[in-house]
Amino acid sequence: MKNLLYGLLLCSGSLLAQGIQNGQLSGNFQSDFQIYVEDDALDFNLQNPSSGFPSERFLANGFANITYTKDNFSTGIRYESYQNALLGYPSGYKGEGITYRYAQFNKDGLDVTVGNFYEQFGSGMILRAYEERNLGYDNAFDGIRLKYSPLKGVYLKSLVGRQRLFFEKGEGLVRAIDGEISLNESFEKLSEATTQILLGASFVSKFQKDLNPQYNLPENVGSWASRMTVNHGRWNFGAEYVHKYNDPSAVNNYIYKNGDAFLMSGSYSKRGFGVSVAAKRIDNMDFRSERDQNLQNLIINYLPALTKQHAYALATIYPYGTITTGEMGLQAELNYKFKKGTFLGGRYGMGLIANFSNVYAIDKQAVDSNTPIDSTGTLGYTSDVFKVGDEKYFQEFSVELSKKVNRKLKFVGTYINTEYNSAAIVGYKYHGMIYSNIVVLETQYKIKSKHSIRTEFQHLSTKQHEGNWLMGLAEYTISPHYFFAIQNLYNYGNKDKKLSYPTLSAGYNKGTSRFALSYGKQRAGIFCVGGVCRNVPASNGLSLSITSSF
Amino acid sequence: MKRLLFSLILSATSFVCLAQEKANPFPSIDIKSIEGKLVNTDIFENNNQPIVVSFWATWCKPCAKELDAISEVYEEWKEETGVKVIAISIDDTRNAAKVAPYANGKDWPFEIYLDSNSDLKRALNVNAIPHTFLLNANKEIVWQHTSYFDGDEEELYEEILKL
Repeated sequence: MKNLLYGLLLCSGSLLAQGIQNGQLSGNFQSDFQIYVEDDALDFNLQNPSSGFPSERFLANGFANITYTKDNFSTGIRYESYQNALLGYPSGYKGEGITYRYAQFNKDGLDVTVGNFYEQFGSGMILRAYEERNLGYDNAFDGIRLKYSPLKGVYLKSLVGRQRLFFEKGEGLVRAIDGEISLNESFEKLSEATTQILLGASFVSKFQKDLNPQYNLPENVGSWASRMTVNHGRWNFGAEYVHKYNDPSAVNNYIYKNGDAFLMSGSYSKRGFGVSVAAKRIDNMDFRSERDQNLQNLIINYLPALTKQHAYALATIYPYGTITTGEMGLQAELNYKFKKGTFLGGRYGMGLIANFSNVYAIDKQAVDSNTPIDSTGTLGYTSDVFKVGDEKYFQEFSVELSKKVNRKLKFVGTYINTEYNSAAIVGYKYHGMIYSNIVVLETQYKIKSKHSIRTEFQHLSTKQHEGNWLMGLAEYTISPHYFFAIQNLYNYGNKDKKLSYPTLSAGYNKGTSRFALSYGKQRAGIFCVGGVCRNVPASNGLSLSITSSF
Repeated sequence: MKRLLFSLILSATSFVCLAQEKANPFPSIDIKSIEGKLVNTDIFENNNQPIVVSFWATWCKPCAKELDAISEVYEEWKEETGVKVIAISIDDTRNAAKVAPYANGKDWPFEIYLDSNSDLKRALNVNAIPHTFLLNANKEIVWQHTSYFDGDEEELYEEILKL
């Protein structure tokens, strides 16, 4: 009997192995280690607890994803470890464990996910669960998601779940449904039409018990959205409107006003030329599965900042983050390539990108003469949709020219003019509007096959806040494996302390693996994600980052 | 008990070994066309010739450098190897409407798709962009590379020539 059992087990074992052999395993890994060094110039030391200097001196973050897929089935887990979390990460990341696991299968057109999942409806302004591992943002759902396509061109999605809050989950339940129809696919008559139209609608509801002794808070909060996308040859147009019923919360100071968001964008492009414009208005649209949360915690939706996302170091000193309680703004961008052989184009052509964006407050009027705007327990305020508020939050104009001179030499020149209402965006009490001008010159020179040197010179000038900055960078790369870089940021216009932030770094890449080592100082700064910004303290130290995937 | 353990170990090791031996096929994931339509990656097609899939975003400078560099030699590559390049933007709603004008403004001749909530990026275990995959005639991933240094496209081309 015993032997029979062993035999069966052995058999099923190898059967299992054979069944699995047609499937695939894949995964990835990232780990960041940092040794912190005391730095008196930055006031970054043990004597100054507010500087955030970690008494551990050594901090490490890491995660790995493992996914198994076979035919229409997949399953995966993620392990995360914060021992302890690197400086600048939300303090909720403490410890280690399995933070993500799911199973998904697709049968007869029905797609089922149980466990953790990410999701986005339309533009995401009503619902978006996503992750930015390097910023510590993760609002994944834990629950059930179904996707089904009942007819050609018709797509339905529904989900129920609770959201991730570091190593815990929020108590609020989220129930959501979304439908989208591609008219040209659904109706045969339209299949040949040159104009393509997509329509979509969503409904999202959250539930959280009301235990507030003073106010009668809504336990169920509903929200709906409708959207359309039209494409006609080189033209694209998209619009989405979201409405949320009253949702008193910590972020809106517990007012009972309904919320709205509207976003539209249009573009025209052909080879060598592209232009896009976008407009949005957001009114009391902070949406979370727990009403008392703030920062980046338990956010259900995504309200994009309609401003240019910069990559140069000095251009990220004053980043815009959506003000979810109310803002309205515009953005326009032009992309153009001067053709080869023209006066400006020269032998290789020249690229141009110009961008303009602005953001203003929305109009806010008191509900009656006795109630100040945004008073807790009231309707908060009234707002004229077509009226722009008095306060300017942000404005920016930028232009970038890129030019290849010959086979070895390339230049990119950038100019950025920014008006940044620091009191409204990041709550700087004493700086108000910060006006800055930034110029960047980037040069790339190919020394010989596979060997290149890249330099950046950046200058930021402003009379406000920390004054002028100068930045220089030189990077040497040997394709496809090595890089070495040295850079320095110098805040020479600062009236209090003229600080330098030098960094040395080197890296090695092979296939999907990457090792990067750096030693130096990090400036204090604001990092924005999902419309919420967070402060990262100044620090000094040695860091090692390893990533890999298979 | 010993035998039970033995059989478990046997099946576990064969599971790992066998699963690792083969090149992974490209996953089947819903993404969006540049017109906003839902499409599945199963439609990626190049008449049994190699396909390069490159992840990028409008805010990623090395990504633009890589695609610029490939764009310059793309005609030659196509003639000599029949390769097709597919560029997947992971821009979310903040920049999604700018993807087509940006790619056109750069005069890129590639097929462009949007992976706005990073579903495909996640399925392919991409840690950071740029990240480039090379698929053979059976749409199996035969080579991949993360980040971009000036001249990296030459290594990619050597890999394409091996197919």
